[in-house]
Amino acid sequence: MSKQSELCTLTIASAKEKLLKGEITSVELTEAHLKQMDAQKHLNAFITPTPELALQQAKESDKRYQKNEAKLLDGMPIGVKDLFCTKDTRTTAGSHILENFVPPYESGVTSKLWSNGALMVGKTNMDEFAMGSANITSYFGSVKNPWRKKGSNTPENLVPGGSSGGSAAAVAGNMCLASLGSDTGGSIRQPAAFCGLVGLLPTYGRCSRYGMVAFASSLDQAGPLTKTVEDAALLFQGIAGFDPKDSTSADVPLPNFQKALTGNIKGMRIGIPKEYRLDGMPQRIEKLWQEGIDWLKDAGAEIVDVSLPHTKYALPCYYIIAPAEASSNLARYDGVRFGHRAEGKTLNEMYAKTRGEGFGREVKRRILIGTYVLSSGYYDAYYVKALRIRKLIRDDFMKVYEKVDALLTPSTPNPAFEIGQKMDDPLSMYLNDAFTVTVNLAGLPGLSIPAGFTDDELPLGLQIIGKPFDEGTILNIGSVIEKSSGFLEKARLIRGN
Amino acid sequence: MKLVEGKTGSWEVVIGLEVHAQIISNTKLFSGAPTGFGAEPNAQVSFVDAAFPGMLPVLNRVCVEQAVRTGLGLNAEINLTSVFERKNYFYQDLPAGYQISQYLHPIVGKGQLKIELADGETKMIGITRLHLEQDAGKSLHDQHPNRTYIDLNRAGVALMEIVSEPDIRSPEEAGAYVRKLRSIMRYIGSCDGNMEQGNLRCDVNISVRRPGAELGTRCEIKNVNSVRFVMQSIDYEVQRQIEVIESGGSIAQETRLFDPTLGTTRTMRTKEDAHDYRYFPDPDLLPLRLTEDFVAQQKAKLPELPDQKKERFVKQYNLPSYDADFLTAERELANFYEEAAKDVDGKLAANWVMGDFSAAMNKSGGLDKVQVTAKSLNALVKLIGNGTISGRMAKDVFIDMLETGKDPESIVNEKGMVQVSDTASIEKLIDDVLVQNQDKVAEYRSGKDKLFGFFVGQTMKASQGKANPQLLNELLLKKLQ
Repeated sequence: MSKQSELCTLTIASAKEKLLKGEITSVELTEAHLKQMDAQKHLNAFITPTPELALQQAKESDKRYQKNEAKLLDGMPIGVKDLFCTKDTRTTAGSHILENFVPPYESGVTSKLWSNGALMVGKTNMDEFAMGSANITSYFGSVKNPWRKKGSNTPENLVPGGSSGGSAAAVAGNMCLASLGSDTGGSIRQPAAFCGLVGLLPTYGRCSRYGMVAFASSLDQAGPLTKTVEDAALLFQGIAGFDPKDSTSADVPLPNFQKALTGNIKGMRIGIPKEYRLDGMPQRIEKLWQEGIDWLKDAGAEIVDVSLPHTKYALPCYYIIAPAEASSNLARYDGVRFGHRAEGKTLNEMYAKTRGEGFGREVKRRILIGTYVLSSGYYDAYYVKALRIRKLIRDDFMKVYEKVDALLTPSTPNPAFEIGQKMDDPLSMYLNDAFTVTVNLAGLPGLSIPAGFTDDELPLGLQIIGKPFDEGTILNIGSVIEKSSGFLEKARLIRGN
Repeated sequence: MKLVEGKTGSWEVVIGLEVHAQIISNTKLFSGAPTGFGAEPNAQVSFVDAAFPGMLPVLNRVCVEQAVRTGLGLNAEINLTSVFERKNYFYQDLPAGYQISQYLHPIVGKGQLKIELADGETKMIGITRLHLEQDAGKSLHDQHPNRTYIDLNRAGVALMEIVSEPDIRSPEEAGAYVRKLRSIMRYIGSCDGNMEQGNLRCDVNISVRRPGAELGTRCEIKNVNSVRFVMQSIDYEVQRQIEVIESGGSIAQETRLFDPTLGTTRTMRTKEDAHDYRYFPDPDLLPLRLTEDFVAQQKAKLPELPDQKKERFVKQYNLPSYDADFLTAERELANFYEEAAKDVDGKLAANWVMGDFSAAMNKSGGLDKVQVTAKSLNALVKLIGNGTISGRMAKDVFIDMLETGKDPESIVNEKGMVQVSDTASIEKLIDDVLVQNQDKVAEYRSGKDKLFGFFVGQTMKASQGKANPQLLNELLLKKLQ
């Protein structure tokens, strides 16, 4: 294996070990990833690469290693979803309206990343304003999944999932060791599943939303996309924690998540919610779910059949609440103070042109839906009812958690599909989030863990849903599945690295 | 009940007020930007105020305290749970495209406020609610021929919106209500009530009806910014509405603007153009939860309020209700009075504060701009009380005090203005006057009593104003018998 591909297939944990031993330097590690970014440019994973910044940060990191002052994530090349404001580095949220927006401030989670020694190789592509499940709504073009179907002779043509598609493709394509994503209805877990990665949605309030371009404020959370569970624990550790600048941030103790990875789940009770068994779900996914159950049983966990009766209302409820909040959150993009502005003879003309040009179709669709459900005469029928359902969905979970420690479900009802599929049918696209939106609505933590493959060797994921602020437990369960499934070894064979 | 006479009979006026009061706080409602008046445009704007991507509101505790204390001052219920909601509309000086306000669950619920009217009557006006909200920025239309400039200094500044019940029945009551509300907030220190700087603004809701009938359709006059304009706009609007109805028309529910130069109101937007504000709970802010303890602490911090102070003044200083009202309207004046009334006749001190001193205050534009201190006014009243100078002399001394800032004792000493109170000297003066005016003495004695004043005046003049007036009267009476 070449030095280049050796460096690019490391994990945070293994790279840290080598850096601490002095076997490699952060500059070497960074250069290797920057080179890979160039080589994989056609995947369109990055909107704004930041090689100069990365190398400068790498040099500083190497100094810290020399002085034995290395921090938690020191010298780790990270991709950052272009939803997190980064001081002096353009932040677009995948939208034309913010094409030239350079924030004069740093987001809460990226501030924590840099103070933990990590470095940024670039801002990753994403669905516009995080609205999408295939990374095809970005103003900067679609992202391609580095995975290809078995025997495929064509260039990469699968979606990486979305909205954190660029973040997922960047890690799966070995362009960075790990990346930051955001998850409003599945935007970390679904691309993680499509790209064979570990993706964690933390409990709502665990990570600061300060400086994160808002899609749906009551659902948005930042989280890691990584190659392994251990890396997820490390990167999550490096971004979590209370932030007084975010009023919805939770002032709760922050445990050591790496220590939670004992691999011991003996006696743990795992719930299997029957409502997640969808009609028409591919058999391979049904089978994977059963394999997951068996692995956990073998590891000494007790499997409990449970019911979450309001699950079927989750998608409609989500597609009322999220657009409602988005319609209000996106009102600030009016061309007055920052971002794209189109001239108009009147104020209304300026608004209409600016927003008409600045936003893409999916964003406009959701603004319209959101405006509609909040408008007088419809508010009670839609928004208020959706809030009530949201409460019932959370109650479902909390009731089940009296009996079980966590839940196991598939991450998605299907594997990665081809770019161009489902394009003209927003409803079938929205179905991608059927297993993930419930978790955001309930404000719970959820982990997608790669666990198997389709017959044509595309990755599939399982989801573990936890109790509030109990990310440690789901990471630990994830580590058991990671080991039992042998996913990492198989993936290496399939992809030849 | 005060009624307005129209051509076809009498009408009852129904008024409700929404007062927007800027909260006294060093920083804005949801950001750390300063709030001082008169800064350069856009010098007091944070990224939160300008609604930059990813910026989040963090509630300012001081503003919550101010709202709670104001609520307590209005004898209102404090809601331990309240919710911030977004009021959505597009406008160039509203950076986020929504105003954070409170809608279904305000921080303060029902209360009441007592107003005093000119005829000495009092009336209770119901308070519907008080809620917290952000102010918007300012649009400057006069900087460029075809562009509008925006100043966001005011954007995000904390306001209390205080809504009254439709209990107000006349322009006078409306004026008394605004003045009383302002007085209470100034006592509490929650709003300085400076209407010229725009930190107290009123929306006036007006309708008319036949006495006892169902409520009429109301019009809302937006953003009226002085007590006088509130009263003027009501006067005009009531006449307009009566004329419309009496000539067979009907009132359209609409928002109107008051034009202070013309003294009229005109349509701003009709009901059809009304915004759909799409209120919903702000997902960036958790519901605001207060504890009983917190409310109790705020209650303990409340100063003596105008109604309580007035009651005490009536008892402690033996003042008529009118005087006590006048003196307690402003906390500073009340404090001034209490110092001026120390160990002297309370009514006499009140006369001075309400009379000469208030005149001087109005002329110079504020209590702190008058050279006369409470202590020196107290000394002046003492000099009158112990007979050193007469009330008449005191007027001259006061003018000197105003000009020089000196204390009254030194003025009296320097000018030798001590009152003559010895019988012999005054008798001598009287004798001289009577001798010089023998014809008038004869007229007086034959029954023309009115001439007594003439003799007093002449004698006082002869004493250069220094004669003790009471003694002079007594002696003169005796001599003229």
